[in-house]
Amino acid sequence: MRTRWQRFKQSYMLYNFLRDPVAITSFIILAFLVFTSFAAPIIAPHDPYDSSTIDIMDAQMAPAWIDGGSSEFLLGTDAQGRDMLSTMLYGMRVSILIGVGAVCLQAFIGIIVGLLSGYVRRLDNILMRFADVQLSFSTYMVAIFIGAIVQTMFGVAGYDRVAVPLLIVIIGLAEWPQYARTVRASVLAERKKEYVEAARVIGLSRIRIMLRHILPNTLSPVLVISTVQVANAIMSEAALSFLGLGMPITKPSLGSLITAGFEYIFSGSWWITIFPGILLVSLILVINLLGDWVRDFLNPKLYKG
Amino acid sequence: MFAFAVKRILQAIMVMLIISCIGFAIKHNFGDPVRDLVGQRVTPTERAEIRERLGLNDPFMVQYARFLGDAVQGDLGQSYFFKKPASEVILKKAPATLELVLCSAFIITFLSVPLGIYAAIKPQKWFSRFIMGSSIIGVSMPVFLTAILLIYVFAVELHWLPSYGRGKTVCIFGWWDSGLLTLDGLKHLIMPSIALSSIMLPLFIRLIRSEMMEVLESEYVKYAWAKGLKPRRVWWVHAFKNTLLPVITVGGVQLGIMVAFTILTETVFQWQGMGSMFIESVERSDTSLMVAYLVFVGLIFVLVNTAVDIIYGLVNPTIRVAGRK
Repeated sequence: MRTRWQRFKQSYMLYNFLRDPVAITSFIILAFLVFTSFAAPIIAPHDPYDSSTIDIMDAQMAPAWIDGGSSEFLLGTDAQGRDMLSTMLYGMRVSILIGVGAVCLQAFIGIIVGLLSGYVRRLDNILMRFADVQLSFSTYMVAIFIGAIVQTMFGVAGYDRVAVPLLIVIIGLAEWPQYARTVRASVLAERKKEYVEAARVIGLSRIRIMLRHILPNTLSPVLVISTVQVANAIMSEAALSFLGLGMPITKPSLGSLITAGFEYIFSGSWWITIFPGILLVSLILVINLLGDWVRDFLNPKLYKG
Repeated sequence: MFAFAVKRILQAIMVMLIISCIGFAIKHNFGDPVRDLVGQRVTPTERAEIRERLGLNDPFMVQYARFLGDAVQGDLGQSYFFKKPASEVILKKAPATLELVLCSAFIITFLSVPLGIYAAIKPQKWFSRFIMGSSIIGVSMPVFLTAILLIYVFAVELHWLPSYGRGKTVCIFGWWDSGLLTLDGLKHLIMPSIALSSIMLPLFIRLIRSEMMEVLESEYVKYAWAKGLKPRRVWWVHAFKNTLLPVITVGGVQLGIMVAFTILTETVFQWQGMGSMFIESVERSDTSLMVAYLVFVGLIFVLVNTAVDIIYGLVNPTIRVAGRK
């Protein structure tokens, strides 16, 4: 019996991956970004959450290689005197956390709805109509609306503490139809196959057939859209933050860092906006490139909208 | 076909009912019309009296029916901040947004079609690779970041283009403030419309390319080649015509989605349209205006989607209401 590791080493997936320089490069960059962001408390030169180390006199200092920069702050400082590099690392951690969390929630809701509407015919019409309506509204719009409603509900005070879980819920609720439709489409294809009939003949319960027999066979399209959805969720979070409905500036994500820097771009402090912007784009870009590779590799019949 | 259209329109009406119900529920729970009307210096008994007189103590469904009745006649309530009917405020802001969306749609159509086709018929050329490479970067770029970069390069560094506002506008038809007719207005329009189109352009290029490549593989295109037709004719008449169908369906829906992105673009460029008005109303907790915007934009989405579906049904009669989904 081969171990899992051996099976992985001999798999076609790894072979294909190692033959694709774009996939390898993006994977390495992504791994590097994720590692640095989660190791931020250890490797970041400053702690942006600790207000006692921040000196307002350091505000808007240029990057180290430009006149007016200091070697203490490699990429300069923002308007509050926080070190850009450290703030960006912490911010990326918040962005990734929200992105992954939101996708988990989306997948959870979407898979349940998709399974139900694919397997239980009576629920199909109403659930899918609902998903269609929400999808036709564009996920951004729904996220912005929910965000706006939540903010009027809670007020700006008290929003800081609950911002991360709240954003996860908002983005999760806004984008689940994508999963629901994908899962439903593959459930519809799977349920006609013989192994499902066999399971039914044995007398297994509906829930067991859905979860243990059909679900594992619908996972490859789910995997494909998951990578792209993480990128989308990070983008949605950045957009919400940009509109002032996302992370507060005291605990910034990449999006709110860009927003905060936008005011200062006119006075020439471009680094406050541009550096987080570059980081955000490269993060989303490598996730998208990896997503492309996963899609090409698994090549499921994706459900076109 | 007729039955299909009727079903589709009934669905659209159902959706509008749901949207208005959500909108009204928000307004019902978070707005206080009495505070809005009379301010602070009124005793609680007088307040209660006003509430009673305005019918605010009626059951939810009764109030909702009243809201719906008003909404059908175009009355979406008063904006707390502007002290004007919300529909009036929205209609005043709508031309700005519409001009922005139209300009971007124009840019998207005239760039994505040639670029997508080129990338499909010459996939090995370096220029096609460049198109595809930049399109994936374009997909990964949030629209507000594109806008900020444009502002930084063309307004802050080069001083070529103005960075905010609509510039000089001309009033046409009595109520439509147009920026399209003055040079200043057009200058202001350039960057916002590029920024707005940047989000959809890569999607369309990729869509047209993949559909076109699929069609180029088909039998009738091979037959057209075998007949010895000129390449131009095969590409444009035989292949491109048949890629249009999916592009139109997706395109119509995306046009609605672009309204969502106007919120971001307008905020960056301080473009005085509906999107920035919505964000301002959120900041001012002007629930009445927020809800009016929700209903209005919902109406646009539903109208566009229904129209696209019906047109699709006309072009492709095998479709059924449930079949498309």
